[in-house]
Amino acid sequence: MNPFIEIITQPDNIAIVIMVFMVTFFMVWAFQQAFHNDRLLAAGLPVDGETDKFVDTFKPLVRIELIIALVVMVGLTIWSIAVDAPLEEIANPTLTPNPAKAPWYFLGLQELLVYFDPWLAGVVLPSLIVVGLIAIPYIDINPKGNGYYTFTERKWSIIIFSFGFFVLWLLLIVIGVFFRGPGWLWYWPWQEWDHARVVFEPFRDLSSVVGVDSRSLAGFIIGAVVTGVYLVGGMVAPYLYWKKNHPEFLTQLGMIRYITIVFLFITMMSIPIKMVLRLVFLIKYVWITPWFSI
Amino acid sequence: MKSLPEITDKVKKNLIWKSIFRRDYRNTVRDRAQAVFGNVFLHLHPVQVRESAVKLRFTWGMGGITFFAYILLIITGVVLMFYYHPSIDQAYTDIKDLEFQVPFGVILRNLHRWGAHFMVIVVMIHMFRVFMTGSYKAPRQFNWGVGVILLVLTFLLSFTGYLTPWDQLGFWAITVGTNMGAATPLLGYQGPFSEFLHITPFNDVRFALLGGALVGGNALLRSYIWHCVAIPLVATILMFVHFWRVRKDGGISKPQK
Repeated sequence: MNPFIEIITQPDNIAIVIMVFMVTFFMVWAFQQAFHNDRLLAAGLPVDGETDKFVDTFKPLVRIELIIALVVMVGLTIWSIAVDAPLEEIANPTLTPNPAKAPWYFLGLQELLVYFDPWLAGVVLPSLIVVGLIAIPYIDINPKGNGYYTFTERKWSIIIFSFGFFVLWLLLIVIGVFFRGPGWLWYWPWQEWDHARVVFEPFRDLSSVVGVDSRSLAGFIIGAVVTGVYLVGGMVAPYLYWKKNHPEFLTQLGMIRYITIVFLFITMMSIPIKMVLRLVFLIKYVWITPWFSI
Repeated sequence: MKSLPEITDKVKKNLIWKSIFRRDYRNTVRDRAQAVFGNVFLHLHPVQVRESAVKLRFTWGMGGITFFAYILLIITGVVLMFYYHPSIDQAYTDIKDLEFQVPFGVILRNLHRWGAHFMVIVVMIHMFRVFMTGSYKAPRQFNWGVGVILLVLTFLLSFTGYLTPWDQLGFWAITVGTNMGAATPLLGYQGPFSEFLHITPFNDVRFALLGGALVGGNALLRSYIWHCVAIPLVATILMFVHFWRVRKDGGISKPQK
């Protein structure tokens, strides 16, 4: 069978196929409503749902809930009749499958392991995702767009969130499920998995680009400077930009919020940056220290 | 032969029926309200809701669907527990028994498995919806935070359930997942700076998660208890808080300008 068909019809992967369709559907629906409301706002009309009309819970709401519950139940029952949950061989600590994949919703994080060491990809970044999500209501000081779909009124928060959710979370999951084979190597859907495949990866570290051994003192200093410039520059540059162009926004934001937002943002952007460094410039580590490497 | 009204009359006009339902339902404002606050399950809702909140296109019903999936998983999970021993000698054969011996065992396990995948998917879409409508904004900041914790607990519920069949898939997924614990800065034996705290494979985070240095019987028992007792307990309590706060923060969000 075609390897791609084989992969997407694996029982557990059907869930990911369903997820792709559901997420796409609701993404389109959300943005469609957002643009619809934006047109209403531009025309000075009330947005959808701007009404003080009340209806009884019993029965309009209860009826909808019952119908949805029935539809979901029927759907899950059909799914359960049609597809059997897989059961592999009994656990065998001496037989490591290749690739050994985490549960699908963690494959985005496992994909990060290509670009970061485990302490970052597996511990620090996931913790920061949770902290960052909880922080959203406290750092987003834009009072607009509260309780209705809109895009223009909160463009940047939606762009940044969507980038994190659709690209860094969901796309990486899809890549992890469908495009990663033995050795966590990239396999196109039409390629057969080859367990003997060896890839020569001419990776180097950042300081080797200018001819300095990354494990020497000079290499350490170069790495420290580059990392420091990214962190400090990333923290300061938005400040200077806003100070010059929108000083009132900066005052509103306050120092603690500013530091939180910018820190979370540059941490998030370090992921695509690290990806480009590795995939385009074949750079593995930016900074190697005796204790950790970035 | 009695007519239908006569039969209903017989059924309704006796002590037992009246003790359960107490009063007749007539389609009046008072009775529609009574139907909600007089019912322990329905009284999660207010008596009246804003018309816009009932519109499917606004909420997509995702929070409710997540809760429905959770209830389904508890029911199927409890039934599965009757057929399962969390020990490495029996766990795998118990699942085989479900497949070949237990009546409807296959569909029971399928419902639990696909229901779990489904819940993870809809809870993520629920978060996306709440973000897109800006419903995390004042006064709902705290409830968004509770929701994020519930999202994480949903992942962890699914993750701890992965090991229970004791097959290759679960064993290696848990091995890969918990190996991350070994990389925790300071507290994992492979993590940065752990040497300063004298952390070894036998006293680090991963050891605490697995109850050992490898995935074995203790890890199976631990994941079973996290999966069936500890996390559901916390998640259920947080769901109460979550639903309570939806009500106290003014119900389903409405446009505020």
